[in-house]
Amino acid sequence: MQASTLTTKQNSWGGGTKPLDAAYGKLMMWFFIVSDALTFSGFLVSYGFSRFKNIDSWPIADEVFTHFPFLHGIDAPMYYVALMTFVLIFSSVTMVLAVDAGHNNNKNRVAFYMLLTIIGGAIFVGSQAWEWKNFIKGEYGAVEIQNGEILQFYNLEEGKRIPIDEFAISSTQDRVTHDDNVGIWYESESKLPEITLDEVMTGFNNDIDLTVRLEALDASGHKIILSREEAEIKLASATRVVKGANLIRNEYGNPLFADFFFFITGFHGFHVFSGVIINIIIFINVLLGTYEKRGHYDMVEKVGLYWHFVDLVWVFVFTFFYLV
Amino acid sequence: MADHNHKLEIFRGRLKFKSNVQKIWGVLIFLSIVTVIEVALGISKPKILLNYFLGIKLINWLFIIMTLIKAYYITWDFMHVRDEKAFLKNTIVVPLLILIPFLLFILLIEGSYIFDVMLDGLKTWKI
Repeated sequence: MQASTLTTKQNSWGGGTKPLDAAYGKLMMWFFIVSDALTFSGFLVSYGFSRFKNIDSWPIADEVFTHFPFLHGIDAPMYYVALMTFVLIFSSVTMVLAVDAGHNNNKNRVAFYMLLTIIGGAIFVGSQAWEWKNFIKGEYGAVEIQNGEILQFYNLEEGKRIPIDEFAISSTQDRVTHDDNVGIWYESESKLPEITLDEVMTGFNNDIDLTVRLEALDASGHKIILSREEAEIKLASATRVVKGANLIRNEYGNPLFADFFFFITGFHGFHVFSGVIINIIIFINVLLGTYEKRGHYDMVEKVGLYWHFVDLVWVFVFTFFYLV
Repeated sequence: MADHNHKLEIFRGRLKFKSNVQKIWGVLIFLSIVTVIEVALGISKPKILLNYFLGIKLINWLFIIMTLIKAYYITWDFMHVRDEKAFLKNTIVVPLLILIPFLLFILLIEGSYIFDVMLDGLKTWKI
């Protein structure tokens, strides 16, 4: 009895044992996923850091992401991202079904489920592009004042926010965008806003019901709405009109909000995009019968792991960008 | 994968599926229910859940817990970690379980500290 345990012990150091019982490629995919998970958690935690640092003035996601396709002007927070989440979870499911069919060496079913997964991924990337478009374009517009604060306009009479193009009084202006083909060749400026600060200010002064909303939140988590007198004082130092979002300033509030949004959802979108490309390559290989000749569908399982990881990251991005 | 034995039980053996395909659909239904609850809570935002617990709103604690539950079922059932050897499970999970809470702890505490400094720390001293 003792002798036999001794020999098994010797055998376990003699090579040939499999402590992890996983193929080399699969193990490496797992290690890549662990390191990528740490990268993403680094991004999300730094988002959390910035948010805790600006806890009393962070933009409210429900007010930022309110669009749904074909529902113009209807306030529909969250529904669209919820839909995107379902698309991604569903494409994850078709991926597992492809892996499962691969275990049964069923070429046609693997191909079919891979195709569904690719379609789901493409829909998701497209949806994300649409989300970005709305975010960049903006909806209401705002004004930035000298200390960098963003002021959004609010109609006291109707009790809701008002877009700047609704109350601004248009005037003819002589000022044109300064391009580098006139004047000194290396000097140019970014495109002038369609609505100038003067037009906004004239519109504001004409309509006594208008006031502004601060970035700052009150005790119950709503944006603070100033009285007309306070608003006039604040607006005296207005420097520019802000419409939409870019990396420098955005109409929603803190610039970091847009920066993290672009960076994290962009990095995730890049993962989805590369996942779709890899899936297409594997899909073609399945059709060509590469894995049938090889005798196993381990490659499908490996890209499957990557694809699920992308889904997993989205679950966290969804929570921390849209829900919390 | 030499053998394709799948563990077909979820919820600690309370729910057992007949085949792997069936388990996948079962997990999908479960994940969908969790997501629907999340979205419903996110839209309705019940007043009771807006109270604070350990510096974070109750509703946000719920969101975080539900996210972790979803993450568990995605890795365990979709990524087949449930079927792997304990050694591989730990290789994947333990580094993340150590490093991510560590990072969270440091950066979130630091973030709220900086918030406090910006709020109160920049006042002139009057003795």
